[in-house]
Amino acid sequence: MKSLKDNYDVIVIGAGPGGLAAAIAAKKNGAEDVLMIDRDLELGGILLQCIHNGFGVEIFKEDWPGPSYAQHFINEAQEVGVDAMLDTMVLDVTPDRKVYATGPGRGFVELEGRAIVMAMGCRERTRAQIKLPGPRPAGVYTAGLAQRWVNVEGYMPGKRFVILGSGDIGMIMARRLTFEGAKVERVLEVLPYLSGLNRNYVQCLLDFDIPLQLQHTVKRIIGKDKVEAVEAVAVDDHWNFIPGSEEIIPCDTLLLSVGLIPENELSQKAGVALDPVTNGPFVDDGFLTNVTGIFAAGNVVHVYDLVDWVTQAGLTAGKRAAQYAQGCYNVNPRYVPTAAGENVRYVVPHKLDPETLTEDGIMLQMRVTQPLEFPVRIEVRDGDTVIAKKAARYARPGEMVDITLKGKDYDAVRQARELTARVVAR
Amino acid sequence: MYQPYDVIIIGAGIVGAMTARFLSRYALKILWIEKESDICTGTTGANSALVHGGYDAMPKSLKAEMNVRGNAMWDALSEELDFAFARIGTHVVAIGEDELPALDELKARSDLNGVPTEIIAAEEMRRREPLINPEVSGALFCPSGGICDPWGATIAAAENAVQNGVELRLNTEFQDFLWEPSKIQSPKSKIVGIRTNQGDFYGRWVVNAAGLFADEVMHKAGLRPAFEITPRRGEYYVMDRNQIQTQTVLFPVPTKVSKGILVTTTLHGNTLVGPNAEEIDDKTDVAVTAAGMREIWDGARKLIPSLDARHVIAVFAGLRAGGNAPCLDCDEAYHKDFIIEIPAQVQGLVNLGGMESPALTAAPAIAERVVALLRGAGEPLVEKADWNPRREARPVFRHLDHAEQAALVARDPRYGHIICRCEYVTEGEIVAEIHAPIPATTYDAIKRRTWLGTGRCLGGFDMPRVVDILAHELGQDPLEISKKGAGSEFLVRKTKEVA
Repeated sequence: MKSLKDNYDVIVIGAGPGGLAAAIAAKKNGAEDVLMIDRDLELGGILLQCIHNGFGVEIFKEDWPGPSYAQHFINEAQEVGVDAMLDTMVLDVTPDRKVYATGPGRGFVELEGRAIVMAMGCRERTRAQIKLPGPRPAGVYTAGLAQRWVNVEGYMPGKRFVILGSGDIGMIMARRLTFEGAKVERVLEVLPYLSGLNRNYVQCLLDFDIPLQLQHTVKRIIGKDKVEAVEAVAVDDHWNFIPGSEEIIPCDTLLLSVGLIPENELSQKAGVALDPVTNGPFVDDGFLTNVTGIFAAGNVVHVYDLVDWVTQAGLTAGKRAAQYAQGCYNVNPRYVPTAAGENVRYVVPHKLDPETLTEDGIMLQMRVTQPLEFPVRIEVRDGDTVIAKKAARYARPGEMVDITLKGKDYDAVRQARELTARVVAR
Repeated sequence: MYQPYDVIIIGAGIVGAMTARFLSRYALKILWIEKESDICTGTTGANSALVHGGYDAMPKSLKAEMNVRGNAMWDALSEELDFAFARIGTHVVAIGEDELPALDELKARSDLNGVPTEIIAAEEMRRREPLINPEVSGALFCPSGGICDPWGATIAAAENAVQNGVELRLNTEFQDFLWEPSKIQSPKSKIVGIRTNQGDFYGRWVVNAAGLFADEVMHKAGLRPAFEITPRRGEYYVMDRNQIQTQTVLFPVPTKVSKGILVTTTLHGNTLVGPNAEEIDDKTDVAVTAAGMREIWDGARKLIPSLDARHVIAVFAGLRAGGNAPCLDCDEAYHKDFIIEIPAQVQGLVNLGGMESPALTAAPAIAERVVALLRGAGEPLVEKADWNPRREARPVFRHLDHAEQAALVARDPRYGHIICRCEYVTEGEIVAEIHAPIPATTYDAIKRRTWLGTGRCLGGFDMPRVVDILAHELGQDPLEISKKGAGSEFLVRKTKEVA
């Protein structure tokens, strides 16, 4: 095993797509010593269990499986000379950027970084978070857990499945389980619209005749030792069960694809403040958190729908972390705050330094509150003044919306008190 | 030649575990049976995790007596058996002026029970629990109340019993008593053993510590036909400790049915909210319900209005083994007392029944009473020379500071391998439990002992890893590994093997 130092310019926690990109960008932007720490045995994060295609469409105009997408960046990280500490779990990060970690190979280690990039990704919401009634038998799993079992461990957790939630992992698993000879009885979605990408609905459910029922949920789980059935029920617009619509669906496994939550327990230990809407840190346009020298990249900030955007965020955060480590990050800018306006649930970044626009564009990323299935306009305003606008064919809560501010917007942004994003009918 | 047992104990909840541990002190051959695949899976496994002061128990009842005595035994036991317990005191909180008189009534009852309590002012309550409902009008503080980990306490007592020679058989279900054949007496007068799904076992004494099923066991002996256990289900929420931290144990003013929906801190730092109280028919039905969850939420917010549903990380339900045994000594009619007796009608039975709250608190006192009853029935109960009252807990990585963690990992690298990302449970801890005196052989058994899978991701991260470790350590195929015994296996086949 290569011997590693204990002081780094940039330490990246998590080596999924966000972390890999951050580490590569940090190294390419002048950081001498860059270390990635990951709890798994290999680099790549959750991409390694995503053996389906659809990765790299935006950046590479390719349609790679997850491991291939990861490998592209793993190769690049090795080429540029990023260090990696695998099979190692970070236990603690302090506000003064000490990192405590442990692993069976290396033992307990204490490290220090001039800059840190939090890239821990996200975790799946569980049955507790959706208050799913019933007993607690074997056979109730999150879709990502089932994905690991099937794609990495090589085991099937059941024969007959019901999937609750139309998140992307759930729909992808519906197809994957069908390939493996299992029967997927139904995908239930409590909302009146899809939670995940429409392309996954077409390619994973429609193409395999797996029924999707919108405005349906699980009323209770049945089975004491192992799941025997679920009771499905239709809901009205206020999520109330519609009496008489109950249906018992026999199955041995219930998969949950009911959302993802940025994983920020380490960030909190380091004193990073979180936005209660995104569950991720408040960040500026360089993904700097409220704690000096601690950056955040990818799904740890907010949950993305495409890996390409996670990579982009990682590249930005890594570049800025390298600048910080070299003492050339503007830590006292005259920030302009952003705000969620009409039909926008949140905007990332939460504030931006107008000076960034003299070098780079700044992408504002947002999620809409309500689906609009007709042409829409995405606007950034300062009060009643429109600073930037963009057209789109539709806006759906399951698909991230973005608009990029450019150098030409510099003057308007610099003079703005607040940048409000809205997504409205065209 | 086949040697019959001196004592057979039915049931491995806290009452059975404490009884086994207390009896293990004496030169007795003891068999302890449990129908489930692990100990501590019934009432003891899912409750409020409180050691009650005893202020509210019906004066002169067996419950009151056992509660107060049992409470006093927890400090020494937690020290001897090395399990966690914190005597942080409990509060009954009055919200609004209307509820204040209830505190005086409770105070009067606590005086009758000999339990020290004091009424504290609203301002003091706000200081102790900054998140309390601002309309608090006062509280009854009971300094002897505390919080415990029922899994940890039961496992510690059970392990100590086994280390002192008690023979524990899991997956062994009581079916009936075996009687001494007799031509002179009634054929059902002297118990000589029990019949189980695993065969017959002979013994001179049988202790009925069957919890929810204690009524069925005593009915098999023809005793107390009117005694009936009605399971009363209570549902709970566990909150994320990173999102909300309460400091104390908070009860509302009690109702006729229960102590009410409480909000309490736990030894693990997570706030626990619940339970409701719903009488049901099925003694195994631990389902959570939509209605129950709403009820708890409304109740809990009366005490802590800022509780946020988004910060719930786990939901569970437990069953209280509520009985209908009358108290003969009480000044008013009371029909929910404990049964702790050697019934006169048959020979060879110790009967424990109605073991609902505060049975967890009272368990050591109940065990002590069982010893006294056996002695009173003429058992010599000779202390074993080699009896060891002490049991040592195994290392818990997350409880150590960084230097201690580093030392532990240096000694055994498996303690450096984190398997549960939320609670930081290591491979070393899991392996130690698989090879412990009472081996943990299922996922839930490991969960009860190490606390893995109890955090925010509910085991989503650790489950495949734990299945691997169990399979490796037990020399089994991953397909055989289960959540809680046969019939609850996680996996059905390998991929690419379409059946």
